[in-house]
Amino acid sequence: MTASEALFTNGASPGGLSSTNPLRDVRDRRLPRVAGPCGLVIFGVTGDLSRKKLMPAIYDLANRGLLPPGFALVGFARRDWEDQDFAQVVHDAVKQHARTPFRDEVWKQLSEGIRFVSGEFGDKQAFETLRETIRDLDEKRGTQGNHAFYLSVPPKFFPDVVRQLKETGLADGPEHAWRRVVIEKPFGHDLASAQELQRIVGEVFDPSSVFRIDHYLGKETVQNILALRFANEMFEPIWNRGYVDHVQITMAEDVGIGGRAGYYDGIGAARDVIQNHLLQLLALTAMEEPVSFDARDLRLEKLKVLNATHAGKDISRSTARGQYVRGWQGGELVPGYLEEEGIPADSITDTYAAVQLEIETRRWAGVPWYLRTGKRLGRRVTEIAVVFHRAPHLPFSRNQVEELGQNALVMRIQPDEGMTVRFGSKVPGTSMEVRDVTMDFAYGESFTESSPEAYERLILDVLLGDPPLFPRHEEVEASWRILDPIEEHWESHGKPDTYPAGTWGPRSSDEMLARNGHVWRRP
Amino acid sequence: MNIDLTDTTSSKIFGALLDARRRSGSPAMGAVLTLVIVTDEQGHYDALKAATSASREHPSRILVVVARPGRGASRLDAEVRTSGETGPGEVVLLRLHGELSDHPDSVVLPLLLPDAPVVVWWPGTAPEDPAHHPLGMMAQRRITDSASCQSPISELAKRRSGYSGGDTDLSWTRLTPWRTLLAGALDHPAAPITGAKVAAEAESPSAELLALWLGSRLGVEVERATTDGPGITGVHLWSDGGGVDIERGDGRVAQIKVPGSPERSVALPRRPLSELLAEELRRLDADDVYGEVLGLVSPADGSVGAGA
Ligand SMILES: NC(=O)c1ccc[n+]([C@@H]2O[C@H](COP(=O)([O-])OP(=O)(O)OC[C@H]3O[C@@H](n4cnc5c(N)ncnc54)[C@H](OP(=O)(O)O)[C@@H]3O)[C@@H](O)[C@H]2O)c1
Repeated sequence: MTASEALFTNGASPGGLSSTNPLRDVRDRRLPRVAGPCGLVIFGVTGDLSRKKLMPAIYDLANRGLLPPGFALVGFARRDWEDQDFAQVVHDAVKQHARTPFRDEVWKQLSEGIRFVSGEFGDKQAFETLRETIRDLDEKRGTQGNHAFYLSVPPKFFPDVVRQLKETGLADGPEHAWRRVVIEKPFGHDLASAQELQRIVGEVFDPSSVFRIDHYLGKETVQNILALRFANEMFEPIWNRGYVDHVQITMAEDVGIGGRAGYYDGIGAARDVIQNHLLQLLALTAMEEPVSFDARDLRLEKLKVLNATHAGKDISRSTARGQYVRGWQGGELVPGYLEEEGIPADSITDTYAAVQLEIETRRWAGVPWYLRTGKRLGRRVTEIAVVFHRAPHLPFSRNQVEELGQNALVMRIQPDEGMTVRFGSKVPGTSMEVRDVTMDFAYGESFTESSPEAYERLILDVLLGDPPLFPRHEEVEASWRILDPIEEHWESHGKPDTYPAGTWGPRSSDEMLARNGHVWRRP
Repeated sequence: MNIDLTDTTSSKIFGALLDARRRSGSPAMGAVLTLVIVTDEQGHYDALKAATSASREHPSRILVVVARPGRGASRLDAEVRTSGETGPGEVVLLRLHGELSDHPDSVVLPLLLPDAPVVVWWPGTAPEDPAHHPLGMMAQRRITDSASCQSPISELAKRRSGYSGGDTDLSWTRLTPWRTLLAGALDHPAAPITGAKVAAEAESPSAELLALWLGSRLGVEVERATTDGPGITGVHLWSDGGGVDIERGDGRVAQIKVPGSPERSVALPRRPLSELLAEELRRLDADDVYGEVLGLVSPADGSVGAGA
């Protein structure tokens, strides 16, 4: 168990495990948390997410011995498949994408519980068949009525599926059994649609049975933010406006929109990434210390800080957006956004978005929080950089510290997870000259090559019913409240600036920081 | 990179490590612990292989201490291997000749990573009292392996009499998947367990520990049965509601039967040394549960009494 996991587990018995089990002992920390008897139903198994992330993660969990005996995996899609055909699809996905080595005995265990149900989302009969399949699994595999429904489908089908689950009685299991639903982002495209989605889901499932996946929260390094901040003495005293000059949160992608034009156009970078991932990172970095790492206490603090966060008054000066145009990226000439297949020539969708946010709390008043994200940027990287004030007095002459910048603490989330500290150090030689140096802690190197994929952690937590890593609808709505005014402003004010693919975004974004005397880090 | 140093000292070895690290251009080290392996010429290859593989999960400086006692003069030979084929950490193979073989601590102490935990592992023969062995005294955690010794069961009794917090034995580590499965089977309220049986190959220290653990936790007599193995082949827990049945004949896949559910198969493979070691390195504080179970081993010959 990593430090962060310890923080989250907090010694409590997870998800309804019997505390009277004589074989369990809180001191016996070798025994991992294993899900009780249950099954997982995936809607949209033919999709990208399911093949690349979900099915491999399930295999990896089985391989690590974290799934219960008899675990069942049911696929639902509009294909004329038999169970074996689907098993073959899972097999191929696992072989290609799983993190842990392929073992026949693990595959045997898993494949015995694989089923397939064929149908459309509007097809009531298919859902009846699903119910029969589940009942049969309860009998033959001992899943005891516990099932999670994973909606790996385009969001416009959420209402259909949820309604069908309700109407066929699938949403309610037998007594003592649980039914859970897992939904993927986007959770709406603005506050109103998010509330509508919540209304639909909330009518059928209890809030504690709804698991919203923000896969960033399943990443070890994101959880490590909490360990870093709250398990150490040396960071928290300086974690405030007295020492912090500003904060930069970046999630950059080098890819374009790929084949996802239909999803992406009209949504854009801010809704796709800032609303969920970046605001969650902001919340974890900025929040006050929760009294415990229980889901409730953690959520309370995140909500408090999100509710205190808003864009600057003059939105045109505190935001920037861009759209990539044809350019050279990493040695390749790539098309511009408007040239991508399926994108209307007059699209004003932002593929780059940067916002300056303010957090109105005693801790952060006056400290700008810059969030940026984009497609086709310099390289793929996600990081949080906390940049500190310059020393108030420097007992050096000007030219001695000419090359000294500001101290910074950078939490690197991906791809090379870890932490960097930047500080001034004397340049070797006779004269006194101070220059920035960096000190690196590589997380992936210091712990576990076998650090689990985010989806492994999240799927296991769904099956255990352990909610701390899943945003609740209150957080989703608080985030839309921050973003909605910005989107409204953009809608009615012209179109995005352009930036050549492979660069770090439009000039307007640099100007936005320059107005405060800041510059973007080159991550 | 490999550097051979003959008739050397710890400070020269330290210099070689530092040098190699500078030359590779990365002065910072990500290592989280020092792993000292105490072994002999026959054992060091396999042990080192397991340790380097485990060090991918727990980057370590690995010090392999090979004692070559004898009449010859005292001499220290070392082989320093850094990054590349050995994985992320550093490996130093130390051969202690002559009288020096009685003073391994003097060689190892200067080579420990500053401020990082120390783990000592005896893959084969282990001292009677690991915590008071000169190398054991430096360590937070001391790993032994009863199963690799001549007579494993009496070895377990020795482990008991020499136990200190922080000791651990791989025969206990090997049980984790079994214990996980058994604990999972009892997670959901069932009728109280009234009896138990553990079946395993002869001379299995893991089976001894499992029987003792079950007996003390469930408060029941645990029967023992000897089979052809490999390892533990079955565990049965009786209760009025039917009980739990786990059979594993091939050392890979088990069949499990619990009340109210059909029989199912579950992967329960015997794990390689590298995985056992990686599990051990995950936690560096005392394993109290192991200490308690070990305390139940009978001192004379380590058997559980009647029915064995
Ligand atoms: N891919 C990612 O990396 C990623 C990341 C974050 C969030 N998400 C979210 O995860 C979900 C799934 O993503 P995805 O990329 O896997 O989507 P996808 O590749 O478009 O797959 C969608 C799935 O839905 C099925 N489907 C679509 N329309 C249907 C209909 N009318 N009736 C029955 N089935 C239908 C498709 O089946 P057919 O094969 O029959 O069309 C397919 O299996 C979405 O909510 C997405 O927003 C995905």
